Formats: sequence, C-alpha cells, structure tokens
Amino acid sequence: MTQAIEQIQISAIVNGEKISRMIEPRLSLVDFLRNELELTGSHVGCEHGVCGACTVRVNGEIVRGCLMLAIQADGGEIVTIEGESDSGEIADLQKAFHERNAAQCGFCTPGIIMTTTEMLKNNPEPSRMEIREYLSGNYCRCTGYEAIVDAIETVATERKGG
Amino acid sequence: MKPSAFNYAKPSSVDEVLGLLSEHGDEATILAGGQSLMPTMNMRLSAPSLVIDINGLVDLSGISSDGDSLRIGALTRHVEIENSPEIAKHAPLIAMAMPSIAHPAIRNRGTMGGSVAMADPAAELPACLCALGAEIEITGSGGARKVAATDFFRGLYDTDLGDGEILTAIEIPKISAGYRSAFDELARRHGDYAMCGVAAHAKVDGGTISDLRLVFFAVGGTPVAAASASAAMEGQSVDDNSIAAAQAALEEDISPFDDLHCSATLRMHYAKELTKHVLTTLAAG
Ligand SMILES: Cc1cc2nc3c(=O)[nH]c(=O)nc-3n(C[C@H](O)[C@H](O)[C@H](O)COP(=O)(O)OP(=O)(O)OC[C@H]3O[C@@H](n4cnc5c(N)ncnc54)[C@H](O)[C@@H]3O)c2cc1C
Ligand code: FES
Ligand code: FES
Repeated sequence: MTQAIEQIQISAIVNGEKISRMIEPRLSLVDFLRNELELTGSHVGCEHGVCGACTVRVNGEIVRGCLMLAIQADGGEIVTIEGESDSGEIADLQKAFHERNAAQCGFCTPGIIMTTTEMLKNNPEPSRMEIREYLSGNYCRCTGYEAIVDAIETVATERKGG
Repeated sequence: MKPSAFNYAKPSSVDEVLGLLSEHGDEATILAGGQSLMPTMNMRLSAPSLVIDINGLVDLSGISSDGDSLRIGALTRHVEIENSPEIAKHAPLIAMAMPSIAHPAIRNRGTMGGSVAMADPAAELPACLCALGAEIEITGSGGARKVAATDFFRGLYDTDLGDGEILTAIEIPKISAGYRSAFDELARRHGDYAMCGVAAHAKVDGGTISDLRLVFFAVGGTPVAAASASAAMEGQSVDDNSIAAAQAALEEDISPFDDLHCSATLRMHYAKELTKHVLTTLAAG
C-alpha cells in the first residue's frame, strides 16, 4: 500500500489532565496510553477483546482499550487505573485485593478493578453470581477467581455500611 | 498484532459516508462499535486503506416507537438496548438476548447495526430479528430500501448489504397481544459466542401454541429457521409428546457441523435440549 498516511491530532482529558498529541490513525487507545503517555497500568494481553487487561474508562463507561482507536477518544475524558488509584476512589478495593491475595502476578488486576468500579456503580449489592457475570470478560490466569469475588463482595458489603 | 496503516475519516452525515464509499470502493471500511472490526484489523484479516468512523452520525443512534413498530438506529449501542424499557416492553425477545452478547465493556461500544452487518453465524441478534419478522433498512445513493431479516442473511458473513450501502436502522414489529418470546443458548463462558442457541416467538393461548417461530444460531452459516419443528407444535399444548415430536422434526431443519468447540452430534443434542427449554418457558409464560 503506497498511500500517504496523515498523522492526526488528538486532544483529550486523561486522568484530569489536558493532553494533546499528533498520532497515526491506527494507534489503539491502550497503545496510546502506554506508549505516548507512559501510563503503563493498562495492560495489553490478547489485542482482540477477549482478556479485558486493557480496560479503561472513556466518557464514564468502561471499554476495551485494544478495540478503540485512540483518535476515537478525541475530545473525550479518559480515566485509567492510575487515575482511579490517585483519586482514592478504589482505595478500599486495593486494600481488599491485597488482603485477600486477589492479585497474584497482577496482570489482570487493573482491568478487573476498572470493571468492578463500573459494576458497583450500576449494582452496589451484586450477588456472587452477578460479580462473576460482570467480570466474565476479564481473564485471570492466576487466582482461580474465587479470591477476586471474595474481595469484591467484602468491599460491596463495607460500602453499604455492613 | 497491530493493524496496517490507514487513513481515518469521521463524517457527520449519511450522504458523506455514501460519498466516501463510492470514492474509495472496497478500500474503505465502515467503523461502528469496532468490537468485531478492530480484532480483524489487529489480526490483519482486514486491512482497509480508509476507515470511515460513523460514530459522528448522531441521527443513527436511538430507539423510537412508531405505531406498531420499534425503530432502532444502526448506531444504537448494545448497552442502550439492554437497558431500554421500550425494548423490554415491545420486543422482550431482544431484551432477553442482550445479556448473552459479549461482556459489559464490549456492550458499551458494540452496535445493533454492526452486529447485523457483521452477520456472525453465532450472533444472537440476527436470529432474534428473523424470529420477530424484523426489517433491515439499508441506505444507498438511490435512497433507503427495506429488506426482511429472513432475506438479509444470505450465507456465512454474507448479507444483502451491497457495496456503497450503509445499514441505517432496524424495524421490529411490536409484540402482539397473546404472543410470548423465549431465548436460550449454551456457551462455554458467559458472554462468549454460543455453541448453540435459539430464539422463540409464538402465540400462546391457554397453553396452546400457534404461529411458532423457532430460529437457531451457531448451527449453520446464517440464522436457521426450524420450520418443521415449529409446524409440529401448531395447535399443540406443550407436553412430553409434543416436545418429542418437535425434537424429532428438528432433524429435518438443521444439520449442525463439527468445530473446535463441539461436535455436530453434540450440537444436535444441544438444539433438542434448548427446544425443550424454550417450549417449556413459552408455555409457563
Ligand atoms: C470478546 C468478544 C466477544 C463477543 N461476543 C459476542 C457474542 O456473544 N454475541 C454477539 O452477537 N457478538 C459478540 N461480539 C461482537 C460484538 O457484539 C460486536 O459489537 C458486533 O458484532 C459488531 O458490532 P460493532 O458495532 O462493534 O461493529 P464493528 O466492529 O464496527 O463492525 C463490524 C462490521 O460491520 C460493518 N458495519 C458496522 N456498522 C455498519 C453499518 N451501519 N452499515 C454497514 N456496515 C456496517 C463494519 O464495516 C464491519 O465490517 C463479541 C466481541 C468480542 C470482542
Ligand atoms: S488486550 Fe484488550 S481485551 Fe485483551
Ligand atoms: S493475578 Fe495473574 S492474571 Fe490475574
């Protein structure tokens, strides 16, 4: 293919900070975050939507960072695991994951936490089955999931004051 | 696993999309939710030189009620359909199917039009649309035309959508009084594409079934209407005998295949079990 590829400008708010870059259209959102902005908390596993390691929040909703072009987030608001961590909104989840050993190698953990944040917003009192269903798109190859479900259940109970 | 280089256009009207499609021909690809296109581009199974992002076409998004039918814009996201009270009330079959489509992060982006245009043989929505007698609205340079869902899906990933055309909406007749729907599928993991699934829609009058439409997915190249099994239930109540007759008739309707996930024999077994489940559900209301 011989056509000239034009770089295009992306401007967005990432974890509360305004950014602007020139990028190639083919750059995925997760590669942009990792390689251009050095936000390496979002991971790249399968690059075809199956594993959930690349999960980030765009305009309030979680998405697969590998299945969205960075340029599609132009003008939008992006939150990554670094943003969620810095704001303190997931401090209880981080503590519960640590205490219950729900993060082993940690590769899946950012994606799982991003997905959990959205789940608890939509459904503050999920059953164990509902937790498993919401997380069905996030692979963990270490924990066997049981510890993850335990940690999330603990936080849901604590948040409603139990 | 990175896509090959392409240029990017983000038009804001259907006319602009049609202009770009006619100018660039099959070098150009429409990008909707990207949840099927991006994986194929990442794997370089598809390498367009121009990606036409239709996410700026706000008019293509949303659900509206229009007399006896519901209109779902092509760009309406799965999550919006899943949470829509209109869909739950007037097209319960679609509401039942939504949670089985992929996972929440994918449903936040994936669109109705993308699922229909993609025509994955294991996808839920094409089968539901066939069972409900829905119509697909396609717009080209000559204006808009409508095709029955049952004629739209022509073969494996092959549809009636022509070069230079864009899918603009889906129209679903609202459920009539006395009708019920049921849906079931088997997948290895919640949200994965099914190994076998079925959409069912019928009139149920005091336990008696009529006008049954059983449509299977993941058993052939397109959604497969089980005409013989459906006919076997006409005027019957749901009991062991009628279920057995419908299951036997299913042998004439579908001829499943072997693949990585399960054998043809197992698929046929699943199809028969799912038939029993949906018939029992229809009768129970
Ligand atoms: C891990 C994973 C699991 C999944 N599981 C399921 C599942 O269980 N069931 C299921 O049904 N789906 C599943 N999907 C697919 C998902 O539902 C997609 O959203 C859907 O198939 C395509 O919709 P999209 O809007 O993302 O389309 P895109 O990926 O943007 O496009 C798909 C194709 O349709 C064309 N297209 C899109 N919109 C139009 C239009 N308006 N007019 C003309 N052509 C158009 C594109 O050019 C492209 O060829 C899964 C996806 C992933 C990544
Ligand atoms: S890297 Fe995006 S889902 Fe696996
Ligand atoms: S902790 Fe290793 S993949 Fe989940």
